[in-house]
Amino acid sequence: MSEAPIQDLAELQLDERPVNLSRRGFLLRSVGAGAGALVLGVGLNAGSARAQAAKTFAPGTRVPAFLEIRADNTVRLQSPFVEGGQGVFTAMAQIVGEELDIDPSAFVVENAPTGPDYLVVNGVMRITGGSMSVRTSYETMRRLGALARHMLLQAAAPRLGAPVEALSTEPGRVVHKASGRSLSYGELAPHALDLPVPDPTTVSLKSPSQFRWIGKGVARLDVRDKSTGKAVYAIDERVEGMLHAAVQHAPRLGLTVGAVGNEDQVKAMRGVHSIHRLPGAVAVVAERWWDARRAAEALEVDWREPGSDSTLRYMPADFSTEAFAKSLAASQIKVDEAEVKGDVGAAFQAAKTTIEATYHSQFVNHGQLEPPSALAWFHDGLLELWFPNQAPDMFLADVAKRTGLPPEKIKIHSPILGGFFGRHFLYESANPYPQAIELAKATGRPIKLIWSREEEFHRDVLRPMAAVQFRAGLDAEGLPTVVEAISATEGPTEGIAGKRQGLDPTALEGLTNKSYAIANRRIGQRYVKGPAMLGYWRSVGNSMNDFFYECFLDEIADAGKQDPFELRLALLKDNPRLITLLKAAAELSGGWKRGPYKAPDGSRRARGLGMASPFGTETAAIAEVSVEDGRVRVHEVWQAIDPGSIVNPAIIEAQVNSAVALGLSQVLMEEAVYENGLRTSRNYDLYPILPPEQMPRVHVKIIESGAKMGGIGEPGLPAVPPAVANAVSHLTRQRVRSMPLSRLTFKA
Amino acid sequence: MELRINGVTREVDAEPDTPLLWVLRDNLGMTGTKYGCGVAQCGACSVLLDGVVTRSCVTPIDGLAGHEITTIEAIEADPVGARVVAAWVEHQAPQCGYCQSGQVMAATSLLKQNAHPTDDEIGAAMVNLCRCGTYNAIKAAMRDLVGVAKTADADRGAVLATSAVMLGAAGAVLAATRGEGSEAADV
Repeated sequence: MSEAPIQDLAELQLDERPVNLSRRGFLLRSVGAGAGALVLGVGLNAGSARAQAAKTFAPGTRVPAFLEIRADNTVRLQSPFVEGGQGVFTAMAQIVGEELDIDPSAFVVENAPTGPDYLVVNGVMRITGGSMSVRTSYETMRRLGALARHMLLQAAAPRLGAPVEALSTEPGRVVHKASGRSLSYGELAPHALDLPVPDPTTVSLKSPSQFRWIGKGVARLDVRDKSTGKAVYAIDERVEGMLHAAVQHAPRLGLTVGAVGNEDQVKAMRGVHSIHRLPGAVAVVAERWWDARRAAEALEVDWREPGSDSTLRYMPADFSTEAFAKSLAASQIKVDEAEVKGDVGAAFQAAKTTIEATYHSQFVNHGQLEPPSALAWFHDGLLELWFPNQAPDMFLADVAKRTGLPPEKIKIHSPILGGFFGRHFLYESANPYPQAIELAKATGRPIKLIWSREEEFHRDVLRPMAAVQFRAGLDAEGLPTVVEAISATEGPTEGIAGKRQGLDPTALEGLTNKSYAIANRRIGQRYVKGPAMLGYWRSVGNSMNDFFYECFLDEIADAGKQDPFELRLALLKDNPRLITLLKAAAELSGGWKRGPYKAPDGSRRARGLGMASPFGTETAAIAEVSVEDGRVRVHEVWQAIDPGSIVNPAIIEAQVNSAVALGLSQVLMEEAVYENGLRTSRNYDLYPILPPEQMPRVHVKIIESGAKMGGIGEPGLPAVPPAVANAVSHLTRQRVRSMPLSRLTFKA
Repeated sequence: MELRINGVTREVDAEPDTPLLWVLRDNLGMTGTKYGCGVAQCGACSVLLDGVVTRSCVTPIDGLAGHEITTIEAIEADPVGARVVAAWVEHQAPQCGYCQSGQVMAATSLLKQNAHPTDDEIGAAMVNLCRCGTYNAIKAAMRDLVGVAKTADADRGAVLATSAVMLGAAGAVLAATRGEGSEAADV
């Protein structure tokens, strides 16, 4: 299940797509879901003579797979992307609604079932991640709305007694201006269903100047349900006759289950149904989850070391993150070069000044508030599953492989996510659904398995640790002529795969391909495979690599006696997009002012700067900090973000706030520590995350440069940790070269 | 035993030491109240006990007889709760939404006891965790609710210098739920 890293998905061949065979069931369910609903195009599936088999449709073009227009003029949209807080359901309603010409507030958006219609990420895959949703499907989803509008116009023509060319639309209505007559979409939908979906190339899209909703801060569709407890997450799902399950995992990965010393006593505990041995875990099934959890915790399991022939990833009993950090910094493993420009050797020889430094990052957890769960139910020859996931078709393929069931006998439900940040991809050993399937099989009952917070922090995949050795050469003017960055690390993609597959771009993104005009550069990786399970964490490699690079760039500035803002302007002088961005961040903050200076409250403060180019978007952040009782306080963050063009500025501002919070949490306090092969923290008490009292004011400037559309969910993060660290270094005169800052003591 | 929940008396078949959270979710199917940590750290499980915010994940049902429990499912039946929900919608506070039931309960509890809290009092009461970082939207909604004139800064949420009341000890919460030291709860 671990052999489908993100970048490989873009190469998926069409014939390798998982086949959707639950389509018919889905549509029947659609009909039933809204009594009296008029399903646009349901005839295509429910026996229409029209030969429009799904395979003739490119992803994102078969209108009835996505849209249902009801008699009351509400629109039900099947979204190819899962909502997990990033606002994508609302964005999809805006984009489709714009071309369909109906107010986004009329939409009810759900996560689509599996199937080829929804492989709209660049037309070949389905994944909610990599900040890819809107930017890779924007035109497809607009065209989908335009196709549906065209079908409604065609249905209206005979009923309004006018040719399509004489008709137009107003939000939710087809209008014949000459006669003043009109029909609502809801009235037309049952007639539109008999019409063929037009050739996608025959419909034209609006010009941006005609946009009514795209580009506006349209209200999110989900806030009321989420403010009143009505939103349903995977952990809330239930079916008739369901039992609950909890697990105790081996304290270290790779250990196997031996004897359970107190099995009879645990079996006799209140509410316990049965005890089950699973790979690397023991599960308790009970009538209620609290009973299952108490019993699972009470189990006294004899955990055994794996045999020498074990293929499991193994966490040794002597592993510690502190020693691992040292071994990364000392690694002599050969360097795989990812980017070499100019003549690095000659540039160092010619340099007036040379500086070097080693930087470190820590393991971090996703820490999404919703603990993972999975509900598995075998019935009527089917396996139905509910669990949090960012890529349902990939999980379908994995479940088919695990169970031997054909995909058409597996139905995956993908509820909204209680936060994700990269948590819900296919990660070997980090998802509860394989266990839930085993337990449902063993008990013959539907099983809802919830991992306790402690089991979740124990089994979550981690953002990698890295040690980066930097060298730079400066000329007589104090400007850098050469930079070398060698990272000893294991990238998340190669970590998930468990092996080196050539260079892992997610290991070095943020170090490679910088826009700064530094003629000579050498960026490489020492591949150091560790025992911890790794994964994608919001902004992935950029989450640490921009911290490293941007902090070292401030060291270069100081060594060359340059102001860090002026140095960046100089190194970007031929890049008008980034000059505009950097100046916008400075202007947002009231003009660049490094400090230190005295704030009105008497505190001594300084500001730091960071820039990043993550996921096709450009960002620049400035942070203002002080130190109180040796502890860093961040007062303000100003961030300018240029995603090229935008759909919803209100959601972007919210996402930048969110990314700032996570970036701050990482740089200020988060660290997953191992000692003796064991995690030292398995809940928020010992693994603190940013609390409200440490949230700074956040000021956001959105720039639409007109460049190719970039991502939004992740890009607001990477510039924040270096902006904070650079401010602290300048304020305290103590150079920060590692995260989190809570490990360090500051004097200022 | 009998529990009074959202104005209705419910017969519950559960052991006395079962946390209220799991009785609500599993016995009664009221899943609006969320499990996040189980150790009174995050606040996703917040409910009102006699109008006072309480972390239900560490509150055994033993001792709750005769007390009035309010959950997110009934929040709009309370006029203060309805105002809080309206402000949450107005300020578009939720992102993933998982912590927001608890945030709304904490806000309602505060405003029921103190209609015009200061920024410091808001900071001391609104300590629930949010991994999406919606803290500034929540602060803006709170300032709106307590009648602070909107300014650009207020709308982005002010930094509150106060230190939050941290609920590290489950025991303190348990004591609070029994009315033996409500100052330890987040009110």
